[in-house]
Amino acid sequence: MITINGLNKQYHTPRGTFTALRDVNLHIEKGDIFGIIGLSGAGKSTLIRCLNRLEEPDSGSIVIDGREITRLVTHELREARKKIGMIFQHFNLLDSRTVQGNVAFPLELAGYSHKAIAQRVEEILDLVGLSDKAGSYPAQLSGGQKQRVGIARALANHPEVLLSDEATSALDPQTTSSILELLADINRKLGLTIVLITHEMSVIKQICSKVAVLDRGEIVECGSMQQVFSAPSSATMKLFLEHSALLQGYGAGI
Amino acid sequence: MHEDLIPMLLTGFGETLYMVVLSTVAAIVLGLPLGVLVVITSTGHVLESPRLNRILGAVINITRSFPFIIMIVLLLPLSRFLVGTTLGATAASVPLSIAAAPFLARIIENSLKEVDRGKVEAALAMGATPLQIVRKVLIPEALSSLVLGVTLAVITITGFTATAGAIGAGGLGSLAIRYGYMRYREDVMFATVLILVIFVQGVQWGGDRLARRINRNQHRLG
Ligand SMILES: Nc1ncnc2c1ncn2[C@@H]1O[C@H](COP(=O)(O)OP(=O)(O)O)[C@@H](O)[C@H]1O
Ligand SMILES: [Mg+2]
Repeated sequence: MITINGLNKQYHTPRGTFTALRDVNLHIEKGDIFGIIGLSGAGKSTLIRCLNRLEEPDSGSIVIDGREITRLVTHELREARKKIGMIFQHFNLLDSRTVQGNVAFPLELAGYSHKAIAQRVEEILDLVGLSDKAGSYPAQLSGGQKQRVGIARALANHPEVLLSDEATSALDPQTTSSILELLADINRKLGLTIVLITHEMSVIKQICSKVAVLDRGEIVECGSMQQVFSAPSSATMKLFLEHSALLQGYGAGI
Repeated sequence: MHEDLIPMLLTGFGETLYMVVLSTVAAIVLGLPLGVLVVITSTGHVLESPRLNRILGAVINITRSFPFIIMIVLLLPLSRFLVGTTLGATAASVPLSIAAAPFLARIIENSLKEVDRGKVEAALAMGATPLQIVRKVLIPEALSSLVLGVTLAVITITGFTATAGAIGAGGLGSLAIRYGYMRYREDVMFATVLILVIFVQGVQWGGDRLARRINRNQHRLG
């Protein structure tokens, strides 16, 4: 479904050149919930934003669903983006639009008729459990509800892939859990491939089928959940696991 | 009170209103694209172009640095070309619009810059074109602030019309100069100032109200 080959990305700042991604290679199967975990500054956002070219990679190739994203010219890229959903840490909803209006946005861009938009919006709001909030504005919603709108918006135009950039990092643990449940549910129902990045082990544990560990711009470990959990090979993964075991220990002790 | 006062004021106010409306509309037509372009050609934005951005910035700064009275004199030939005369309210609207446009462009730029980058990125990620981002994201999200900006521009233009009145544009400014100042008609002076003050207050009140109305939804709590 998604193949990343030899991806490199540097940032050029007045203080010098910073390598954010170094020779990243990944293969993500259709229907996977693929987690990418790493410490803050590891390059996770850069990596996921390269997938829809919100960030331009310097070299390497990205193929999504047989289409080489890294080769597309501007208007082709726009069309491809319509089939790649994305959700964000801070939701990025339009405050001037209602829930309904926000979900309609990608459908307007895709040129749906008014009738088709209304029908699809209703359908998708039902899927994320927000039918009763259709006429509300984002300012009237809780964080969890906002992210549900974000998810509805990302799914409206029947994407093949959903990219999630720390989508639960601004939410409390309970809300995080319910949003992850929703994502897992959507993955089951629609067979949607989900790529999610996070710095929280608990997120990976709850829903991912495969995981890759990013450390200072490099993939240092990659495999199925069982593999990585039972026999972590990278120092970063061991650290994450120890830390999360410690947290659980505290939890059990209380 | 002279019996000519009321008709004189009515005509004067009518001319002022005409100039303000015409110039505001023209200033928006010129200033909005300019303000939008300055924003979207800036670094990291949807139509990034450092060269065009610098040129537009320079055009705005240079036109803004002319004192209005100089602007009028410089633009007399343009008024004559466009309107056929340099006298009257329509002719005066040419320099009024051109003086107000860069001012408005800056105000619009500041409003649009306030729109969260994340919203623009979300729209980009959904495959929006730069024009769609302007129409469906930047302008609607900044609307209440844009309304306040236009309100400010209307008030500034009203002030400019008084200056333009001094050199043959007509309107209340012209009355104040010709009658109030040159012929010592204190009633005219007083009445024109009063009308202008009330007008400006009214515009500000209306603009504030409209902006609040637009904003209410966006910041209304559950
Ligand atoms: N536009 C940019 N310009 C310069 N450096 C950047 C830019 N974006 C990200 N970086 C740097 O690249 C590194 C990786 O950033 P990011 O991908 O956001 O990490 P993560 O999402 O894993 O926290 C960080 O050190 C960050 O400072
Ligand atoms: Mg990040």
